[in-house]
Amino acid sequence: MARTHPNGPRPTHMTAGRIGLYAFLVIAALFFLLPLYAMIVTSLKTMDEIRLGRIFALPETLDISAWITAWSGACMGTVCVGIRTGFWNSFAITVPSVALSVFIGAVNGYALSLWRPRGASVLFGLLMAGGLIPYQIFLYPMVRAMANIDLYNSLAGIILVHVIFGLPLVTLLFRNYFVSVPEELCKAARVDGAGFWRIFFEIMLPMAVPMIVVVSMLQFTGIWNDFLLGLVFAGRDNLPMTVQLNNIVNTTMGERTYNVNMAATILTAIVPLAIYFLSGRWFVRGIAAGAVKG
Amino acid sequence: MQSAVSIKDLKIAYGDHTVIEKMSIDIAPREFLVLLGPSGCGKSTLLNAIAGLQDITGGEIWISGKNVTWDEPKDRGIGMVFQSYALYPRMSVRKNLSFGLRVAGLPKAEIEARVARTAALLHLDKLLDRRPAELSGGQRQRVAIGRALVREVDVFLFDEPLSNLDAKLRNELRVEIKKLHQSLGNTMIYVTHDQIEALTLADRIAIMRDGVIQQLASPAEIYHRPANLFVAGFIGAPAMNFIEGRIDRSNGSPVFLCNGLAVDLSGYSFQAAAAEGPATLGFRPEHLVLDGAAGGLPSISSRVSVVEPMGSDAVLWFDWAGQSLSLRLMGDVTLQSGDALAPGLDITKASLFGADGSRL
Ligand SMILES: Nc1ncnc2c1ncn2[C@@H]1O[C@H](COP(=O)(O)OP(=O)(O)OP(=O)(O)O)[C@@H](O)[C@H]1O
Ligand SMILES: [Mg+2]
Repeated sequence: MARTHPNGPRPTHMTAGRIGLYAFLVIAALFFLLPLYAMIVTSLKTMDEIRLGRIFALPETLDISAWITAWSGACMGTVCVGIRTGFWNSFAITVPSVALSVFIGAVNGYALSLWRPRGASVLFGLLMAGGLIPYQIFLYPMVRAMANIDLYNSLAGIILVHVIFGLPLVTLLFRNYFVSVPEELCKAARVDGAGFWRIFFEIMLPMAVPMIVVVSMLQFTGIWNDFLLGLVFAGRDNLPMTVQLNNIVNTTMGERTYNVNMAATILTAIVPLAIYFLSGRWFVRGIAAGAVKG
Repeated sequence: MQSAVSIKDLKIAYGDHTVIEKMSIDIAPREFLVLLGPSGCGKSTLLNAIAGLQDITGGEIWISGKNVTWDEPKDRGIGMVFQSYALYPRMSVRKNLSFGLRVAGLPKAEIEARVARTAALLHLDKLLDRRPAELSGGQRQRVAIGRALVREVDVFLFDEPLSNLDAKLRNELRVEIKKLHQSLGNTMIYVTHDQIEALTLADRIAIMRDGVIQQLASPAEIYHRPANLFVAGFIGAPAMNFIEGRIDRSNGSPVFLCNGLAVDLSGYSFQAAAAEGPATLGFRPEHLVLDGAAGGLPSISSRVSVVEPMGSDAVLWFDWAGQSLSLRLMGDVTLQSGDALAPGLDITKASLFGADGSRL
């Protein structure tokens, strides 16, 4: 047969390289999904079944009692109320922390992108350095400072700590985004009579929606997953879910209830997971947003 | 009469780098002034300073009889159009147009009336609910112009408004801008580095170089009587021909001598009495007459090297005294490369420049 005359869409060929690539991707995906799979099946088994030791086997009967226990009956030390208080505590900590840090970071980033006084780059570098120093170094001084302003062991205290530690990264991301906005846009708005806040709220923020989404997601997962700061600053009544999960898993009276532990762990992880699943599109868009001008 | 815009001893510097040094211009009401110059000469800087978007180092800026040197952009009574359109990306065309009016707190009915009027003027009526991303380049630029017009101010500043558009659209919008100026009668300051735009639109052109105005005059004056070599070489396409030689007046009347060519300068109108010394003779391609000897003009004999037909006219290139000169002919040309020619030079239309580059 003569060579095909090129016409219409180019045919796609499955080459050996391509098959290898897909195989690798599938295997890698399975490798990362395996622990999740093991957790889910274990959480749905009874303890009798778990004792058989076949961790990858499907459960014989679906038993959701471990989930109910994890949510409302698992014991931390002597208190047996499940992980739900931690769940609500985590929301109470995360939502205001994310909102505040994203808003303040956006204002900071906007201001830094706009005005470049002498030494702005030094200031900026310092800010970044602040974001890179390990938390542990700040812990003790921070505890003292919080105690001094009467915010230690309080919800407001832990929110403040999260906002402070989140700001460097959030500011950096917003600053880099706003720097890419054409200068003439600001000039046009100034000719139209808009001031700092008006330009921020009516022109910059609406443009930065993809960035806001990405930064909010990063902050949300970071703060939701935080353990150390919550443990140190939140106080007994406001412990986040991660800390309570640890307490449940480490409370051993008699046999370890693996099914409850797995269910509690999945419950703790489900919120950030859901966020990524539901807003993956926005996430990708926001990552690429640096290049988007209109 | 009071000036619409008046700039007095303006100085602008970025740190140690002085962009504009002691500039003064008066712009009359209803005048269309074009700032023309090569890239980096300070045109945008000057325009931004007039708008109040650029800090100045010294001098004063007056608009409509008021000293606005320290005023905010919005209080200067100006509207501005930017090269990159700078439309607010998340707002509809309607919102873009009305933004400034909303900021100023005008009553709703007034805003709507003004937006409707501007939209009608610029044929934007059907586009009012679109976002900038959904418009073509020409439509975006019209919205940008509309955003300046809707402010209903006396002075409009345009910073290379057409330079992002393709050639055809440019020509269309250029005509629209001219019509707009004729019907509105506002003062316009228009930056460009397109000389066709400058020559067609301007009442007066200010040619700038390194922050200094080289010549401020009508387009005809700039084209026919350039004040110095820079202006002469900057305006016109193909560029003016230059030949270097010297002025000799040993026979009484001045003569330009170069490479065996002697051009009698008695027909040239000197700015001051002609002095002997080195000089440059400049003449535009269309000021060479193909059949020089017949008209009794001093002629340059050579051979055609390249013919560039351009439809309505054609440009012939030929070499003489080691440089490439050009000649413009109207209509179709039968000459081909290699043919002999001896074009004549009409000295009454030529320009002479002294050793320092300024017009003699
Ligand atoms: N922010 C700045 N800091 C330092 N120098 C600057 C700054 N902005 C502009 N300049 C300098 O000022 C000079 C004039 O710039 P300007 O933008 O006014 O040029 P222009 O005539 O508008 O050029 P173009 O035709 O390319 O737009 C240039 O030499 C430029 O390098
Ligand atoms: Mg410019």
